[in-house]
Amino acid sequence: MFGLDKKDSTLLILVAVLTLLAPFILNPFPSDSGLAQFNAGYPDLMQRFVIFGIFAIGFNILFGLTGYLSFGHAAFLGVGSYSAVWMFKLLSMNILPAIILSVIISGLFALVIGFVSLRRSGIYFSILTLAFAQMSFALAYSVLTPITNGETGLQIALDDPRIFGGAVAADGSIPVTNLFGLEMRSAFDMAVGPWSFTFSAGYYVCAIVMLIAFYLAIRIFRSPFGMMLRAIKSNQTRMNYTGLNPKPYTLAAFVISGMYAGLAGGLMASMDPLAGAERMQWTASGEVVLMTILGGAGTLIGPVLGAGAIKYMENIFSKINDNVLHGWFAFLPDGMEDAVVWILHPFVGKGWHLTLGIIFMLVVIFLPGGLVEGGQRIARAFKGKKAKETSEKATTEPAE
Amino acid sequence: MSNNLTRRGVLKSGAVAGAGVALPTIFTASSASAFTNEPTGSNVVLGFNVPQTGPYADEGADELRAYELAVEHLNGGGDGGMMGTFSSKALDGTGILGKKVDYVTGDTQTKSDAARASAKSMIEKDGAIMITGGSSSGVAVAVQGLCQEAGVIFMAGLTHSNDTTGKDKKANGFRHFFNGYMSAAALAPVLKNLYGTDRKAYHLTADYTWGWTQQESIAAATEAMGWETVNNVLTPLAATDFSSYIAPVKDSGADVLVLNHYGGNMVNSLTNAVQFGLRNAQANGKNFEIVVPLFSRLMARGAGENIKGIVGSTNWHWSLQDEGSKAFVKSFGTKYGFPPSQAAHTCYVQTLLYADAVQRAGSFNPCAVVEALEGFEFDGMGNGPTLYRAEDHQCFKDVLVVKGKENPTSEFDLLEVVEVTPASQVTYAPDHPMFAGGALGTCNPGA
Amino acid sequence: MDAIILQILNGLDKGSAYALIALGLTLIFGTLGVVNFAHGALFMIGAFCAVTLQRLFNLSYETIDPTKTDFLGNPAKVKTPYVESWFGPETGAAIIDWSVPLAILFAIPIMLLIGYVMERGLIKHFYKRPHADQILVTFGLAIVLQEIIKYFYGANPIQTPAPEALSGIVEVLPGIFYPAWRVVYFCFSLVVIGGVFAFLQFTTFGMVVRAGMADRETVGLLGIDIDKRFTLMFGLAASVAGLAGVMYGPINAPNYHMGMDFLVLSFVVVVVGGMGSLPGAVLAGFLLGVLESLASLEAVISAIPGINQIIIYLVAIVILLTRPRGLMGRKGVME
Repeated sequence: MFGLDKKDSTLLILVAVLTLLAPFILNPFPSDSGLAQFNAGYPDLMQRFVIFGIFAIGFNILFGLTGYLSFGHAAFLGVGSYSAVWMFKLLSMNILPAIILSVIISGLFALVIGFVSLRRSGIYFSILTLAFAQMSFALAYSVLTPITNGETGLQIALDDPRIFGGAVAADGSIPVTNLFGLEMRSAFDMAVGPWSFTFSAGYYVCAIVMLIAFYLAIRIFRSPFGMMLRAIKSNQTRMNYTGLNPKPYTLAAFVISGMYAGLAGGLMASMDPLAGAERMQWTASGEVVLMTILGGAGTLIGPVLGAGAIKYMENIFSKINDNVLHGWFAFLPDGMEDAVVWILHPFVGKGWHLTLGIIFMLVVIFLPGGLVEGGQRIARAFKGKKAKETSEKATTEPAE
Repeated sequence: MSNNLTRRGVLKSGAVAGAGVALPTIFTASSASAFTNEPTGSNVVLGFNVPQTGPYADEGADELRAYELAVEHLNGGGDGGMMGTFSSKALDGTGILGKKVDYVTGDTQTKSDAARASAKSMIEKDGAIMITGGSSSGVAVAVQGLCQEAGVIFMAGLTHSNDTTGKDKKANGFRHFFNGYMSAAALAPVLKNLYGTDRKAYHLTADYTWGWTQQESIAAATEAMGWETVNNVLTPLAATDFSSYIAPVKDSGADVLVLNHYGGNMVNSLTNAVQFGLRNAQANGKNFEIVVPLFSRLMARGAGENIKGIVGSTNWHWSLQDEGSKAFVKSFGTKYGFPPSQAAHTCYVQTLLYADAVQRAGSFNPCAVVEALEGFEFDGMGNGPTLYRAEDHQCFKDVLVVKGKENPTSEFDLLEVVEVTPASQVTYAPDHPMFAGGALGTCNPGA
Repeated sequence: MDAIILQILNGLDKGSAYALIALGLTLIFGTLGVVNFAHGALFMIGAFCAVTLQRLFNLSYETIDPTKTDFLGNPAKVKTPYVESWFGPETGAAIIDWSVPLAILFAIPIMLLIGYVMERGLIKHFYKRPHADQILVTFGLAIVLQEIIKYFYGANPIQTPAPEALSGIVEVLPGIFYPAWRVVYFCFSLVVIGGVFAFLQFTTFGMVVRAGMADRETVGLLGIDIDKRFTLMFGLAASVAGLAGVMYGPINAPNYHMGMDFLVLSFVVVVVGGMGSLPGAVLAGFLLGVLESLASLEAVISAIPGINQIIIYLVAIVILLTRPRGLMGRKGVME
């Protein structure tokens, strides 16, 4: 299908089904039960899952294939967001031109940074990209405030020019982002018995974009170009000896992954028209590195899983407070209830970072290939072929 | 895999049942309710969005305590706190409009993105009708914009930038906390009395929007009374060591140092300034002085000994002796064992003000609430008679000028109130140039 | 001119913190080949050793003083530290006053222990794993360590003042006054750096480790148990970071995320210095410190707005583009 072999087609179809049915899958608990706290099927988080999925897929094209570890990828995401918001301010609230511009601008940005940074390899490359991103962050926060609106972040306002579509909506408020009239924030609620599912227009736009991005990533992975990138990772010197210059290939991979990041940034601004400087900070760059490694670097689906896992922790675990805990364990006798809450307290709510850190460590210690390997082990266990296939581990070692 | 099958089975049967029985309940949000998240059950959900990780986590924790206390009081628990001293008597301890108050909490991480994500999940998932909290202006402006778009009310927590109710004001957003202009207007006369009119000021300013508006306000107010601004140096937000900015101050010819920093920046820059001997120095034949325009007790505690004798302004302090403050300190102190911070106070008051506005309006509809809050005058909340101005949704009330105490009697007793500047002195015209450039727009009920 | 001298001084003093952290990081990089994202957390734990000791000294018993009242109007409790009741008020107060320098003695064994546990329990298993895995596991560890500190000490900064005698200002050069503690910190860092270099240069142990840095396999073939020495090396690196932290407390009040603030910067310093080069790390630390201070000169900022925000990164880019392996990097290390 679409020029993919059977295995990749299955993967793509699986991802497509999971993504399109996400509103059901992510809301497994009835909305008035105590476990509804774990439901993730609301528009904003679903959008974040796929947007960060795109970001991580793009990052993986560079890191997973070539082994070049960029520590400044968030800069491209930030540049993409700023371009998109400026498009909303100046041109129209249609997301298409905004996304196109953000991909182009971040691509150009990536070309310049990549051209300079790729003169070095290994950790020297990582630090160069980090330095560029940190400079972008610091300047966006301060000196470039006329363009970026600094600390408060770039937002759309009532007095923006907006050539097409006007500055003010009919009811006197700021118009909302749309795709040829389809408003991104419009949603449709379906109540089935005690369950409630939300279908958001914005989410499906993001999901379709992610599927396209995912498909392109598969094609890149399987193409001669992808092969060349893997060759760079395994042995650059040997590649040089065969008369091939690895530089253009690496640069192309860098620019492509920068454009993926720009796409993610543009989508993020389309779902929520705001662009802030902290999107470019090193912590944001570090986050995508962690997402990719957590999920499984070099695998197709891993980065998406990693992105989902981190965003889930951030948005769901941080909202569990003592009040919620007491609600869950109310059935226990008083003393026991307090004891259980006391034990869980450090790990949820304001302690969600602690849980995140522990999960990082557990995953990397027990699942060297990331979450993907966890999935494979479970699958093997179910298929009962455990003994036979353990030797055939999916190795995903990025080179230095 | 078997797991998956069972769940799918459940889903399938659920869908079949849904198609047959529950078909009429399939609806779109817009057609069913008059405004976003209209509470239909026996309870109403408020969203408390505060920093729980990052440098402001302690301040966020204090805000959360205040919110929990406010919810307890609204639902009729505890001693009622400031509900007893509040001039409006609409609240009766049976929740809001007879609905029990529930709440959800979230972590802003003091980042606009994270704060918006958290607020969105409260609105989309938990059905929150009002969002409140925050400990920085960037977050407040970002979340205020979101609430305007989503059609819920935003009651700002700690945010001091002029922009929150200036250039970035929104019809659905309200701020009880004071701002940079008010700090400056309150401080200037006190500084004049303490240090005279012939002073040369050196400003260190955090290089982002809040720092700039604060510096602009202070410089304007002090220059108006005869001070000269020798210099204004912008410091990077990410700086942890301010020594390279402090070192040149002594030989610059200035005799006052103004630190337009907040939070961790303030603690470090003040510590550095004291390290370099500025507090005990002499310049131009006078004692060298340090001014920190925005104080908070939590941060004062972080600065320790260094805060002694340094003048600044604050929104509220627990040592105030009016009935409202005493009632609040008593119920907060009894529950948690220490006095509340100014962040806790403003958050508590905002929650009560919101509940009261709903009660008076008789509806949760954001537009009705906006109408009830605009131009609302009240008293008994610890700041004297206060006005929620209709033009920009900013509260106008007395501002406290405080000073680091020389001989603190306890670890909480760090600041002493030097003067209570009356509201009339800090009031400005709605079209004041420092607040120009934005528009409230119209209230948005969502849906 | 005085202003420039002052900034150079200031740069040296800032640079000493960078150099100390980078030195420890390079020891781990260079000897063990491990990318240690938890190094900032070790620095932070060092600072909290000082906080903890200060707290221990301030452990008090409470007596009720009926003449005073607390904020709720109840009779106030008055605290008297045990050290003051044991050693008498004056000696007790002096002990509390000197808690930061005393914390050095307290921190060394603790940091060695933490280093030992970290290496044996965790890092050891990651020598052969890809760097990506090392990043993930040490980053996770850094978060866990910092959250534990936050759980016990809160998020606000905690003042750890220098001893009264060392907290004034001194005249270091004619007409140039500088905070005494910062001078102490600079000298302290020189001593620690000198100590580490001497240890590696003049002891057999150091010789073996240096050989191991150059060629681990050959050293192993010679029948030397390099692993055991690497454990100690890790402990040493942890102690250097910890000592840098202990003494940093009086300069800026410690808080739980101070390690993360220094982490990225220290990686930049190490790489600018050149991978695997200890002198390079120290040199880069001081160099970047001085340049950062000079860039915050008012004349410089007004000439190039925002330069003080980016100077370190700008210099890093320029150096890495002109010198492929940083200032003194060796060929083939993490390239």
